[in-house]
Amino acid sequence: MKQDTPPIDEASLHALVDGRLSAQEQAELQRRLAQDPEAARTVQAWQAQRDSLRALHADVLHEPVPPALAQAARQVGNEGRRIDSWQRWGGMAASVALAFVAGWLAHLQWGGSGGELLARGARPLNDFGRQAVVAHVVYSPEVRHPVEVPAAQQEHLVQWLSKRLGRTLKVPDLSAQGYELVGGRLLPGEQGARAQFMYQNASAERITLYVGAIDAGKGGKAAANETAFRFTHEDGTASFYWVDRGFGYALAGRLDRSQLLPLAESVYRQL
Amino acid sequence: MQSGELEAQIPQLRRYARSLTGDAWAADDLVQDTLERACDRWQLWKAGSDLRAWLFTVMHNLFVDSARRALRQAGQRVDLEDAAPELVAPAGATEQVLDLQRCLQRLPEEQREVLLLVTLQDLSYEEVARVTGTPVGTVMSRLSRARSRLRELMEGAPAASAAAPAVLPFKRMK
Repeated sequence: MKQDTPPIDEASLHALVDGRLSAQEQAELQRRLAQDPEAARTVQAWQAQRDSLRALHADVLHEPVPPALAQAARQVGNEGRRIDSWQRWGGMAASVALAFVAGWLAHLQWGGSGGELLARGARPLNDFGRQAVVAHVVYSPEVRHPVEVPAAQQEHLVQWLSKRLGRTLKVPDLSAQGYELVGGRLLPGEQGARAQFMYQNASAERITLYVGAIDAGKGGKAAANETAFRFTHEDGTASFYWVDRGFGYALAGRLDRSQLLPLAESVYRQL
Repeated sequence: MQSGELEAQIPQLRRYARSLTGDAWAADDLVQDTLERACDRWQLWKAGSDLRAWLFTVMHNLFVDSARRALRQAGQRVDLEDAAPELVAPAGATEQVLDLQRCLQRLPEEQREVLLLVTLQDLSYEEVARVTGTPVGTVMSRLSRARSRLRELMEGAPAASAAAPAVLPFKRMK
């Protein structure tokens, strides 16, 4: 490679492209380049390359910093608190544990004698909405593995989850509302497999769509085949959920009811 | 070191990691690991020295480690030349962006790193040498190869892209 540029040494070309020369050196080199079209072309190509590399992900510089990263940076202020990664994983484990405990308590409460108080057909749907919130709370803060299959492999994602859920799934497009698909994952539900699709907007806020078959229960078939939107919220995470053609859908996010509703309507229209 | 100083570096770290890995999620993982390790070992940072350069050193070490791990786990490496045609880019302005990122990914890691540290971060050649733990001469030859190779790739010289050694990822990692 070095033999290709005999008259001007290559290090000077790099220094020129990278703006490391003094004004005088630069002027001198430019004069020599005028005599050496080959080297001049190289400089031009490298400069263009430099410019396009700098432009490549320049938008990232203006994006809001994801909360998980800001949080990681803040650990340095807490001198002596050696909890960095422990806190992250421990925190997640705790939230999973909490979710299970919450689920268990709710199960006891709703599955026991109190169950009769609720309409027979409503229970599976209420559980479904709550499970969607739990799934959202557990997975949406994930930095490392927010999804199992990323949006880049959307076709595979849809085929896979459709197969596991036994129904052809459609992934709603929420880009008009500023949310892009991140990907999806498979989750266990009480009546078989559930799918979770995750979306994220430019401010790194995530919403998840939770999908799965809902057992209508005895005698509740007609009632549960289709329902209106229902709303639930827990600790700042809200969810709209509904049943359409015997299938349950829940859209969850850390949003106000008024922000979440148009998104849920958009999902409903597209399904 | 103040956490505010560290936080202020995040956008730069993210952009660099995004260009380096070509993947938004992998990039943020790398940034997160970097921040965690930096917090863990901030005593190793000499107050008053360039925080940014130190962070890039931390990131470099993590990146090299993960590349080694990936190599061990993969067992066999994916030939990017084979995979490239399957990556179909949408038409329009994005095509160029994807092209550039794709070509960038076809540079060996150590060349990509040097090129990005110089062009994106404006680190001096000496700083890049310190960050990557290599002599300045090696930095210059990597920079030179990276620029020439990327130019060939972007100009779509098919004969040149058949030159296998520069294409195989992780080749020099061992």
